[in-house]
Amino acid sequence: MSFTQFFQQLMNGFSLGSLYALLAIGYTLVYGILSLINFAHSDVFMLGTYFAFYMITIFMLPWWLSVVISVVLCAIVGMTIERVAYRPLRSAPRISALITAVGVSYFLENLGLVVLGARPKGFPRPDLMKNVYVIAGAKIQGVSFWVPIISIGILMVLLYIVYKTKVGMAMRAVAKDMETTRLMGVNVDQIILYTFALGSALAGAGGVMWAAKFPQINPLMGIFPGWKAFTAAVVGGIGNVVGAMIGGFIIGLAEILIAAFFPSLTGYKDAFVFGLLILFLIIKPNGIMGETLKEKV
Amino acid sequence: MNAEQPLLMIDNLHVYYGGIHALKGISLEVYKNKIVSLIGANGAGKSTTLRTISGLVRSRTGNIKLKDNLIGDLPAHRIVEMGIAMVPEGRKIFPNLTVMENLILGCYIRKDMVQIKKDMDWIFSIFPRLKERTWQKGGTLSGGEQQMLAVGRALMSRPQLLMMDEPSLGLAPLLVKEIFQIIKKINQEGTTILLIEQNARAALEISDFAYVMETGKINTSGEGKSLLFDEKVRKAYLGED
Repeated sequence: MSFTQFFQQLMNGFSLGSLYALLAIGYTLVYGILSLINFAHSDVFMLGTYFAFYMITIFMLPWWLSVVISVVLCAIVGMTIERVAYRPLRSAPRISALITAVGVSYFLENLGLVVLGARPKGFPRPDLMKNVYVIAGAKIQGVSFWVPIISIGILMVLLYIVYKTKVGMAMRAVAKDMETTRLMGVNVDQIILYTFALGSALAGAGGVMWAAKFPQINPLMGIFPGWKAFTAAVVGGIGNVVGAMIGGFIIGLAEILIAAFFPSLTGYKDAFVFGLLILFLIIKPNGIMGETLKEKV
Repeated sequence: MNAEQPLLMIDNLHVYYGGIHALKGISLEVYKNKIVSLIGANGAGKSTTLRTISGLVRSRTGNIKLKDNLIGDLPAHRIVEMGIAMVPEGRKIFPNLTVMENLILGCYIRKDMVQIKKDMDWIFSIFPRLKERTWQKGGTLSGGEQQMLAVGRALMSRPQLLMMDEPSLGLAPLLVKEIFQIIKKINQEGTTILLIEQNARAALEISDFAYVMETGKINTSGEGKSLLFDEKVRKAYLGED
């Protein structure tokens, strides 16, 4: 493989990885706080693409505005899911919440099939994403160039929120000790709501960019990216925000580079990702950035 | 009796944990600027009493009144806004947050930045060791430092009433002494204190008033110093014959 080809694949991997990272954050934030795997997260990602799709095609809004509206709507959907499905189960056993999460996921997917239709829709890509840039002799697609840049910008904002604001501080506190956080005068339910809003907003942003990269959308499109982002969150150390980002890039790069270096194994790239998940669960279940967890009693 | 209105008044409080009747009609009063202690054996219901006041546990019947406000039905975060802060048992410092962040979380409900800055300086004047460790993670502090941080964190909400659950637990004897001196000092600077202690003697020595709890009920009460010489209390809780 020539250097330019490698560089192209690298950018491709980066852009895919940054999307996994955006999606993985939502899993890791919610898990960090509620010890709940929010299976519906990938469906919020799917809804994000549809929101943007309808804003662009029906309301004829400019692309950037559609993205913003889609992100806001995703945040609202995320908060609604938490309020309606998860909050009533706060003191229930963890397995009940987990099963509910699976239920919400199936509900959204099937609602999507009924309301949005099973037939895939072509997603209108903006020119920005269609352009081809030539960098150091390598032809880089607009998506591969802009998606990582935008994603990293969003991830920086997220890190700022989590580590530099009062709400972020409360999130980190809730993740460690919910009861003591309440003793600090923090409305924990509100913080959990914000957490869902934040995670879902990132899923929305990720969804729209995913659709710009793979411009065909359908109501079940969230499932595979969701599983891989979840894998990224586990590989990075579930509950850890920085870990989820690192995990996302690792999974994205691994997936693309496997296919690039071993073209005959392209069909196995998903198997490879999930093999990695199994490997991590066996060898380093706490992930790259994860601390040694004590089982909560 | 005191004609003044109590800061905190608890009337006939009943609390159930699952099927267990943990508090069987607790009534007590805390007057402003006093140190009041709850002493008693393990499982007597001292912690449950504080947890009920702070809103972490719901009572089945009974009233909790802060000045003129009934606060028994408020969620925990609203209780803090009403002016009751708690130093929880086992300190419960956020290990992943820095000392500074722990303190800022303590004044989460406040917006008056200028006064917050002053209070922070006040906390550092009481606990100079915290000032040296501002950017250290809470989890890296020693037990004594964590206890100081827990007290400082609770004080950052500028409470009218500060509740402390076993502040001397697990500390070296020298530190225990220091903690009790600090409690006294905080009280003298105008904070009312409701204290739970296993170390009954040290608690009674600094208390204006004390209640002795046994199996979910209040058994005896009286001025701190007088209980020190009470025959029953001495036998049961001070380990004397």
